[in-house]
Amino acid sequence: MSEKHVFEKYLIENRLPTMLCPGCGNGIVYGALLRAIDRAGLDQNKIVISSGIGCSGRGYGYMDFCGMHTAHGRGLAFATGAKMADPSLHVIFLTGDGDCASIGGNHFIHACRRNIGITTIMMNNSNYGMTGGQYSPTTPEGVRTKTSVYGNMEPPFDICSLAVAAGATYVARAGTYYIKELTDYITAALMHDGFSLVEAMCDCPTLYGRLNGQGGAPAMMKLQKTNLVPMEKAKTMSEEELSGKHITGVYADRRDREEFTARYDRLIERAGGKL
Amino acid sequence: MENNNGYMVMTGNEACIRGAIAAGMRFFAGYPITPATEIAEMASELLPRVGGRYMQMEDELGSLAAVIGASFVGVKAMTASSGPGISLMQENLGVGIIEEIPCVIVDVMRQGPCQGVATVPAQGDLMQSRWGTHGDHPAIVLVPCSVAEVYAETVRAFNLSERFRTPVMLLSDATLAHLSERVRIPEHIELYERKTAPSDKRRFLPYKWNEPDEIAPMPHFGGDTRWSVTGIVHDESGFSSTGSPARIAELVKHLHNKIEHFLPEVEKYEEYRTEDAEVLIVSVGLVSRCARAAVDELRSRGVRAGLFRPITLWPFPEKRLSELLRKVKCACSCEMNEGQLVSIIKQSAGREQRVFAVTQNDGTVMKIDAIVSGVLEGCRDE
Repeated sequence: MSEKHVFEKYLIENRLPTMLCPGCGNGIVYGALLRAIDRAGLDQNKIVISSGIGCSGRGYGYMDFCGMHTAHGRGLAFATGAKMADPSLHVIFLTGDGDCASIGGNHFIHACRRNIGITTIMMNNSNYGMTGGQYSPTTPEGVRTKTSVYGNMEPPFDICSLAVAAGATYVARAGTYYIKELTDYITAALMHDGFSLVEAMCDCPTLYGRLNGQGGAPAMMKLQKTNLVPMEKAKTMSEEELSGKHITGVYADRRDREEFTARYDRLIERAGGKL
Repeated sequence: MENNNGYMVMTGNEACIRGAIAAGMRFFAGYPITPATEIAEMASELLPRVGGRYMQMEDELGSLAAVIGASFVGVKAMTASSGPGISLMQENLGVGIIEEIPCVIVDVMRQGPCQGVATVPAQGDLMQSRWGTHGDHPAIVLVPCSVAEVYAETVRAFNLSERFRTPVMLLSDATLAHLSERVRIPEHIELYERKTAPSDKRRFLPYKWNEPDEIAPMPHFGGDTRWSVTGIVHDESGFSSTGSPARIAELVKHLHNKIEHFLPEVEKYEEYRTEDAEVLIVSVGLVSRCARAAVDELRSRGVRAGLFRPITLWPFPEKRLSELLRKVKCACSCEMNEGQLVSIIKQSAGREQRVFAVTQNDGTVMKIDAIVSGVLEGCRDE
């Protein structure tokens, strides 16, 4: 399908324009998601978007799918209930670094562990955008935000490594500058049978970029070329050279663990009988 | 548990899960907690046998979230917990209320506050069940007093939840949960099935009402039509609409009106010897059975006592309470807390009327003698 047709089919026109700031990376991720949904050939009526609170969570509101905008950090638990109640659904969780890695961290690691068939798209803009730019669990050390005016003192999470360790079976990271890779990874995640995570590195020029003198949206996009390092290249670099950079690529693509709801289906067969 | 001519002996917790399954509940999400755990245990065992699913979540925040998620998909869903877990559920309870998603939450009350005492009964959550989640909202809360009533009221909780598109809470307690009694399992159970919309393939308007107390149908996710909702104040399409004061007022009013305009469908209470009563005792849950026995004992001592027992605690049957109060000299609550129900009686009582609370808050069920002496003391002229 052409770009125009993809957007005509999946966007709700009278909901546009989005409430995102000019230059926000989230819109690029929404676009990648819609192209990926089209490429994966998913049934539009079978798609459920669950989302939490924050800039990332507003994506459901422009897309013509079933959508539940829930409570801060809890979107993955709502998604878990929906997927368990009807495993034929394609459940997608749209989230951000604060929503997923901080307040929703517990739901996140347990969804990874269960390997339940939900695709999580985490838009990582390294700060809380909706509330005005405070540091999040993925904000790099030393960086200025509204609650770290002297420089962030907390080390950040590497959310992809966390997901792999917790048992997620498809994990990948790409930046919004690398739209082809981002769309490819989201497509693979949607078609993966098990829990999948795509971490999309996004820019927040309005807050994070401004507070750290990174210039406007185009300058921040260009910065991705140095801050994001493909996995192959990273192998040739020293720890010092990699400091403060994010490694992009596919972290996990495993087929050796059965998806959770399929596993439960077999339990139902085994238990089948009278009360 | 044995099925004998339609009768079974079971505990309150078992009656709860069996009533839920009879009502069509096919998804349970929970987290272990005393004294509610057996409900989850039996859900994990029984649900797969009827094609349902049990999910042990990472915490109670996740439990209620998953329950609401399942309900979106059209599956009747519930969770059960106790004080600490119910406290954790309060935010997601608000999600269920404003997004108008049916589900049932069981609170097997234990002594609080905080961890309190996990294994003993109390009634400290009566007001939490009304006002626990933030913001003005309606609440439907049922309080059974026997194992048989736990079964029946769990079924009714699902019916009310589907009828009014809202979460419904059922309050039990640590003693009722583990009390074994005989339950007659009805051959036929009246069930209210959710109204789903005709599928017309266009985007559905899940919050469109012509009258403010009207409840829109709710098609399930994954069906023939698509719709969305947010916990933010929303328009009829379910998308956020925070810029209009008129819409904010309309939505909040709708949430109240859709229940308050249909009180006869929601209210349920029982009266015992109230016809000629001069002392009215108001009590709910298991302890109301002791209060009922106390009524007889008081009458044998020449005090014309009567019992008013709301089975639907919220919305409180205020109209009937007011009628009864007009006929009695004094009224008291009988409750296992520091006095929560008594405030409701005071609201409805006349200025000159004596109203007091007979309370016990030590993790044990009040004894009949204690209620009798409490009532006698309260009624004694000063």
